[in-house]
Amino acid sequence: MNPASYACGSPAHAVSRRAFLGSALGAAGVLGAGGFASAAANARLAGAGKRVLVVFLHGGASQLETWDPKPGTDTGGPFRAIPTSVPGTYVGELLPETAKRMHRLALVRGVNTADDDHARGATIMLTGRRPEAGIEYPHLGAVAARLLGSESAELPGHIAIHAGGSGFGKQDAAFLGPRYGSVALGNGKPPPELLRPAGLTEDADRRREDLRKKLNARFARSRRTAATEAYAESYDQAERVFRRAGVFDVGQEGPKAAERYGRHDFGRHLLLARRLLEAGVTYVKVSHTNYDTHHENFDFHIEQLGEFDRPFAALLDDLADRGMLESTLVVVMSEFGRTPRINHLYGRDHWSKAWSVALGGCGIAPGAVVGKTNATGTGVTDREVNAGHLFHTYLRAVGLNPKKNFYPNDRPVAVADPAADAIGEILV
Amino acid sequence: MAIDPVNARPERDFKSARPLTACRFDPTGRFLFAAAEDCSVQRFDLLTGDVAAFTGHRSWVRGIAFIPAPGGGPAGVASFERGRGALAALAGGPARAAPPPPVRPFLVVSTDYHGRLLWWRGDLPDCGPVRAVDAHDGWARAVAVNAAGTVIATCGNDRLVKLWAAADGAPLRTLDGHDCHVYNVAFHLAGTRLASADLKGVVKDWDLGTGRCERDLDAKALHKYDTGFSADIGGARSMAFDARGARLACAGITNVSNAFAGVGNPLVVVLDWKDGKPRQLKPKDAFQGTAWGVAFHPAGFVLAAGGGNGGQAWFWKGDETVGSHTVGLPASARDLALSPSGERFAVAGANGVASVYSLLPGNPRPTGPKK
Repeated sequence: MNPASYACGSPAHAVSRRAFLGSALGAAGVLGAGGFASAAANARLAGAGKRVLVVFLHGGASQLETWDPKPGTDTGGPFRAIPTSVPGTYVGELLPETAKRMHRLALVRGVNTADDDHARGATIMLTGRRPEAGIEYPHLGAVAARLLGSESAELPGHIAIHAGGSGFGKQDAAFLGPRYGSVALGNGKPPPELLRPAGLTEDADRRREDLRKKLNARFARSRRTAATEAYAESYDQAERVFRRAGVFDVGQEGPKAAERYGRHDFGRHLLLARRLLEAGVTYVKVSHTNYDTHHENFDFHIEQLGEFDRPFAALLDDLADRGMLESTLVVVMSEFGRTPRINHLYGRDHWSKAWSVALGGCGIAPGAVVGKTNATGTGVTDREVNAGHLFHTYLRAVGLNPKKNFYPNDRPVAVADPAADAIGEILV
Repeated sequence: MAIDPVNARPERDFKSARPLTACRFDPTGRFLFAAAEDCSVQRFDLLTGDVAAFTGHRSWVRGIAFIPAPGGGPAGVASFERGRGALAALAGGPARAAPPPPVRPFLVVSTDYHGRLLWWRGDLPDCGPVRAVDAHDGWARAVAVNAAGTVIATCGNDRLVKLWAAADGAPLRTLDGHDCHVYNVAFHLAGTRLASADLKGVVKDWDLGTGRCERDLDAKALHKYDTGFSADIGGARSMAFDARGARLACAGITNVSNAFAGVGNPLVVVLDWKDGKPRQLKPKDAFQGTAWGVAFHPAGFVLAAGGGNGGQAWFWKGDETVGSHTVGLPASARDLALSPSGERFAVAGANGVASVYSLLPGNPRPTGPKK
């Protein structure tokens, strides 16, 4: 594999006619990517490309209220376990719609990530490695964008949708370089700068662009460099995204879809994720906040899973109906689970020693369940895995070889933690 | 005997195997019923110290109420009075004077987080539930019985308030109007109105004759949408009318700065039932947590208890809006019950202990706020 070497001081970061385009797409321009033929994107839509969707339940969702219920035990809490579409597999009663789609999912119930810190837990889950001094590893989104994405993609390959602000997470790409960093769509909306300001006519914008090109060409005649080429290219990319701005408009889906996904932020964000995946984006991460329920865990899980369940089920249905599920890996993860012990505030605290992850779609054996925890959920008793195993599994599921290397600065770095391996039991 | 908050002192503890979620005295004051996280309802006999478990719920119980014995006043009050000597003996007083009186039949109703409403013979702890109704879709959060003992009201996460015939469990009426989880319900003593309170602090005044909501009252200080965590927190965790039906108290949490860590302050909102005006009652000392139980004492003061960073009981006399007395509790209180005589109160502890406190004059024992 070729080395990927990027300079953090890339001029791409200064390319900022519009914040969104200037940062995210500008980064792509640094590498001198070629054109953005829509034919390529269409080809991927036809099924050639693999995509990844991560639903990140921010704060640490309780495995006991979701994928590994323990009703009737001291740690089980007040909820029932309900049967699913997979005989013998039960989930928490707060997931009635997801339960009906369990034949599209697999469960890993023996996850032990051994770190109860939010930030480190998230890093571990998204990179598949424990933090190490001297090196930062790329997030799954960056790896997917790098290894699955097309050079000619019209849209960024690594998009994050969350409740916070918009921006560009170049650090998520680590040594893969800012081209594969995450483009954050705060509250599911592209920054308003994506669209031409109302006061700027199309004609005026074109004349302004012509002037920029003229000045740019004059500059390039005497001082042409890779950086200036990238700088210029980023504008062309921005223009292409500008022309596809409609992808970000979930309003185009109509009221029926809005109703199916739920008229709340998370529903809207999942609907946007589906549109982005359809439009050829390689990796989308949708965060749902918040599950950090040290206080009143049960009330808050009613509220949060009440938002999660229906749109997630709708998304699975849509991906399946469109023939996309077989080429889209879907992962539901958190930074960790929550304590089996219920505290005096009716809360559950952080618990990384025994929790669960759900996967489905591309490369995943439908209905599989691997790993087991003890009767009260305090420990893993069978097939313990960590984030490294999961990371291998994600990559294998989408047809990649996680045992290959990246070569930042000519030094081999394994794509996934070499100490781990894929969870073969849930792979097709 | 003068009953005064400053007399409050621990009288006795009843230990359960699991953390408690609710507690109520039966109408005689002899028994304290407490629900636990093992889905049981424990019956603690204050006369004998006996403990009995009522098993039949499959989820946690937060609602407990009683159907008074037909044909008059609360069953067994006289028996309780006769047994007071024995109670005093158990509390460290003179030797037991007489054997405990027989228990007259009475019914207990309880609601759980699977939406079930169960009836029990309170005097027969080993017989299991005598009736069960699937009352709500999702949690049934509270239950109340009217003064005549004929109608049961329940409420829950299906946003509904439901009325049931106490005698046979027949559904009588569904009151539909809340737009979020309904946390509590209480009958007005006049018998024609019912109050219900929801997560957002909206209190509805229902006409039981027509089933119409006549007005909304404002206890919204007990609610917040925490934008940091994208979640609602609040609700009337406890609700009680005073003896004249002139005031309605709702207890919960306010000033929430971090819903998921429980960072906020306990608050009691007292609504003037006539004009609906709210009045906020706050603890005397800074405390982080939730008020989980509230009651009007016949002597004229309001008491509440709760938990968070420890447990406390708070007292407000007369028109006080800032409490004048605080009692430190050994653990977070998840409910408060006042005995029918007003001589004692109990709290359901997150440590699994139902603690009974006396309000009668006696040898004072330190009860200051726990640090």
